[in-house]
Amino acid sequence: MTAVIQAQGLGKRYGRRWALSDCTLDIPAGRVVGLVGPNGAGKTTLLHLTVGLLAPTTGSIQVLGGRPAANPAQLAKVGFVAQDSPTYTGLSVADHLKLGARLNPGWDAALARDRIGQLGLDPGRRAGQLSGGQRAQLALTLGVAKQPELLILDEPVAALDPLARREFLQGLMEATVEHKLSVVLSSHLVSDLERVCDYLIVLVESRVRVAGEVEELLATHHRLSGPRRDPTLLPSDQQVVAASHTDRQTTLIVRTDAPIHDPAWTVSQLSLEDLVLAYMGKPTHTAHTGRNHRPPLEVQR
Amino acid sequence: MIEFHLDTRSGLSPYLQLVRQVRQALRLGLLREGDQLPTVKEVVAQLAINPNTVLKAYRELEHEGLVAARPGVGTFATATLADASLAAHGPLRQDLRRWLAKARRAGLDEESIEALFMTTFRTAAEEDIA
Repeated sequence: MTAVIQAQGLGKRYGRRWALSDCTLDIPAGRVVGLVGPNGAGKTTLLHLTVGLLAPTTGSIQVLGGRPAANPAQLAKVGFVAQDSPTYTGLSVADHLKLGARLNPGWDAALARDRIGQLGLDPGRRAGQLSGGQRAQLALTLGVAKQPELLILDEPVAALDPLARREFLQGLMEATVEHKLSVVLSSHLVSDLERVCDYLIVLVESRVRVAGEVEELLATHHRLSGPRRDPTLLPSDQQVVAASHTDRQTTLIVRTDAPIHDPAWTVSQLSLEDLVLAYMGKPTHTAHTGRNHRPPLEVQR
Repeated sequence: MIEFHLDTRSGLSPYLQLVRQVRQALRLGLLREGDQLPTVKEVVAQLAINPNTVLKAYRELEHEGLVAARPGVGTFATATLADASLAAHGPLRQDLRRWLAKARRAGLDEESIEALFMTTFRTAAEEDIA
């Protein structure tokens, strides 16, 4: 299967500040990709590079085998719902559908009408009069009716209440099955995405800390706790993601493909949220360089 | 038709929760041989979960011989668990009682027993899947 997004050393600089640096990704098709990271980490920059709203400063990016926004065919393949579900306040729901039909060659008018009907939205109502959840659903309808191969959504649920959030994700997952979409959606909360994504990218301070299939990430990360010890003495195939120590105890989050045999450790499973938080914490050098420069053990007395 | 639900605090992966709920329904007779399971689209639309989670659960159930997929139609229950397993409950419960008594004699309190049971249970469950 072809890659949906392939990035090589991708970077974007604003003046002196790098909003995204050294980003290398290879995302297979048919995934629901969660892009998580704190606010200001570079999520929106990465998404804008993907849809072609921004041009890279360094490196390259290919989306569905082409350069983002290179030509009308490329534009038709990628749907984008920007942050805060943008809609035109003064236009009615029906106007939005008409606009979608005019602007998109692959527009599925029946699908858009049916979805609006299912949602119980009045076509004559102006977008400005809709609730936040309804506006988000309208924006999703436009994104789906365009019939893209890849749908990208920037923080689609951040502003929604829990019920609207659930309804939005239900609609998105249903569309994913029905139209065999690949999806990328960002959030600063992993809990929003935990159920829906099967591929995860953690972006912190303009860098990709970890990216991969959720199932594989969960299977290869473990929490080890045991008597205090120096993490540099671990087997070399165990990459330390996070370490904390008390005077007697050491707790580590490690990534390894091999089973952990050392009986001194109590090994426990991580939730996706724990895993993301471990990568969001202060990076140990091994976390993204993969080299064995481990932080010196602090001695506490 | 059965309806799935997910408990985010159970510590059990969503796909295993689905597998377990189908088995439970077969055991309790809520789902009988020939009954249709919800389609992948119906499940994701209801639970807001990743479609691959549902596909994986259905594949696992298929592998266990409990359901069969009919392409273009849906997934159907092909077995029932009701009678076979109910009969086994009695002796299993006795074994478990004996084991519990043994654990108490060894000095384990309730919390330790539960912890030991749950960790063993989880490890075994994971090994079964792998």
